[in-house]
Amino acid sequence: MKSFLSRAVLFLVAVSLVGGSVGCSKKPKNLTPLPAGQSGAPAPTDSVPLEGTGGTSPGAGRLPGSENGVGGTDLSNGGGLGLGDQGLNPNLDARNKLENREIFANDNVYFDFDKFNVKPQYMANITKVADYLKAHPTDSLLVEGHTDDRGTEEYNLALGERRAQSVRDRLVSAGVSGDRITTISYGKEKPAVIGNTEEAFAKNRRGVFVLLSNPAAIQ
Amino acid sequence: MKFGCRFRCSPRSAVVALWLACSSALSAQDSAVEIRGQTVRTIPIALSGFPDEVRKILEFDLYVVGFEVASAKPQYRLTGTVQGEVRGTLADANTQTALFSRAYPGGTTRAQAHALANDVVKTLLQLPGIAQTKIAFRNLPGGRNAKGETISEVWASDYDGANGVALTADNSISFGPSWVPGQLKLFYTSFRAARPEIYLQDLRSGDRTRIFSFPGTSSSPAVSPDGRQVVMVLSRSGSPDLWIANVDGSGLKQLTTTKELEASPCWSPDGRTICFTSADSGRPTLYTIPATGGAMKRLNTGGVTQCTEPDWSPDGKWIAFTRAAGEFTLYVMPAGGGSAEAVVAGEDPSWSPNSRTLIFTRRAGAERRLSLLDVPSRHVKDLSRISGSCSQPSWAR
Repeated sequence: MKSFLSRAVLFLVAVSLVGGSVGCSKKPKNLTPLPAGQSGAPAPTDSVPLEGTGGTSPGAGRLPGSENGVGGTDLSNGGGLGLGDQGLNPNLDARNKLENREIFANDNVYFDFDKFNVKPQYMANITKVADYLKAHPTDSLLVEGHTDDRGTEEYNLALGERRAQSVRDRLVSAGVSGDRITTISYGKEKPAVIGNTEEAFAKNRRGVFVLLSNPAAIQ
Repeated sequence: MKFGCRFRCSPRSAVVALWLACSSALSAQDSAVEIRGQTVRTIPIALSGFPDEVRKILEFDLYVVGFEVASAKPQYRLTGTVQGEVRGTLADANTQTALFSRAYPGGTTRAQAHALANDVVKTLLQLPGIAQTKIAFRNLPGGRNAKGETISEVWASDYDGANGVALTADNSISFGPSWVPGQLKLFYTSFRAARPEIYLQDLRSGDRTRIFSFPGTSSSPAVSPDGRQVVMVLSRSGSPDLWIANVDGSGLKQLTTTKELEASPCWSPDGRTICFTSADSGRPTLYTIPATGGAMKRLNTGGVTQCTEPDWSPDGKWIAFTRAAGEFTLYVMPAGGGSAEAVVAGEDPSWSPNSRTLIFTRRAGAERRLSLLDVPSRHVKDLSRISGSCSQPSWAR
């Protein structure tokens, strides 16, 4: 087997392992242009708030029978629409991790439709991953949960999470400390296979193991 | 280009005042949505005198509240001109009696046409119009980012898809926008920082704040009718459960404790009850729970299974939901449960502020489009102005 370092697709990812309600806010630095071909809305070019655009009340007194008048709020022009573009709050308890998707690439756990129980034939994969983690105590694990395309988007996000947690629970039962395992659900937002066949659905209903290593430990 | 308003006050308070005026009108009037036992009915109306640009806007606005435009035997006639401003006269086609005659100065021609359409709706249906309302939704321009995620951004637009604006440009997964009632603010989920987190964005200033960030999933925020609380799905307890908190993130409290998953919460308009989906019975099923906590109660959906994505009408009378089986179907049923009626193929319903029309997602080949359904007439109209797939519409109310 090749060294997993040479094969690994390594991303520096910020994975926050400790919960907490975190708020941060920042003024927008840039604004979002409309995709080409959009009609009816000029791209915002400034972040001047609505209050700064001046204005009149053109309908005032002229529409006694109209509940709403010609009013309303123009979302599209000079309304300060945009986005704060703050990065991760450095105070978040984030750790830079090297992400290795290759090492367990053939050890996915696959699920039945709308189910999240780990089927017996995948217990060998669970054991393999658990054994690796026990032998490499400085590494941690991200478990991704995915669904096929058939549920609704929100339901599938929850279902993918439930699948990832089932896998985590099995790893914990196999002796891995739960605080070394993070879960993330992509629902149907990151399919392995595109398509609306039963085969594609089956390949997309999966739990994926991503090894997270401390960069210093690897070096 | 700028919309005006009829209130002589700052735009910010005017917007709030408009929404409040709309809300009070809503609570004062009975629902126009009568489904069971009612013949589906449309109102024929003839349009004349308007230039094409205005005529198209009026046709759209009137069709999606049940009018049949350009009928050979109209019940009403809407005549008008555009000479610097839209002017319109509504008359009874049989008696020739004028019901109103008005001018709509100021703002864009589009806004003037919408105001005229709203006056027709108010006069003939005794309902607040929807032609000047806003929606938010998820836009999928196509393609994936370096992490393999299907890219999506949160957008807002007028209710007909005009004046659309991307509110995020994160090149990541942005998910499930939900309005703060009466305010130009949205909650949504974003994966931009390596895991799903819940943000609050002020559409006026562009400021956004990360409100909820926990290991696992944080998704499906829905704001209470009074704008003070948000219910959402968090998985920090070991499975996706409903949690409730103040909109600033304080006072977090767990509502459901099943080992299965919960998803897609919405509020009753009185703010007392939350309706949601749970797989507690092994497949997606609608339940309610008091917003203050308590026992989950299964909703009787009249034998319809695989129920998800409930949305409670602002008048309190109806719950629309998705049957997530085969080709997804929207259903409408009385809010207390009972017999649910299939209304259209689609998913992800969100009620208009006047509880008459639904915006939903419709599959069109590999793409998904936003579409409007007028529940009483069953009129359906796509929002055609947004490019790319769209889903998860949320109607500002």
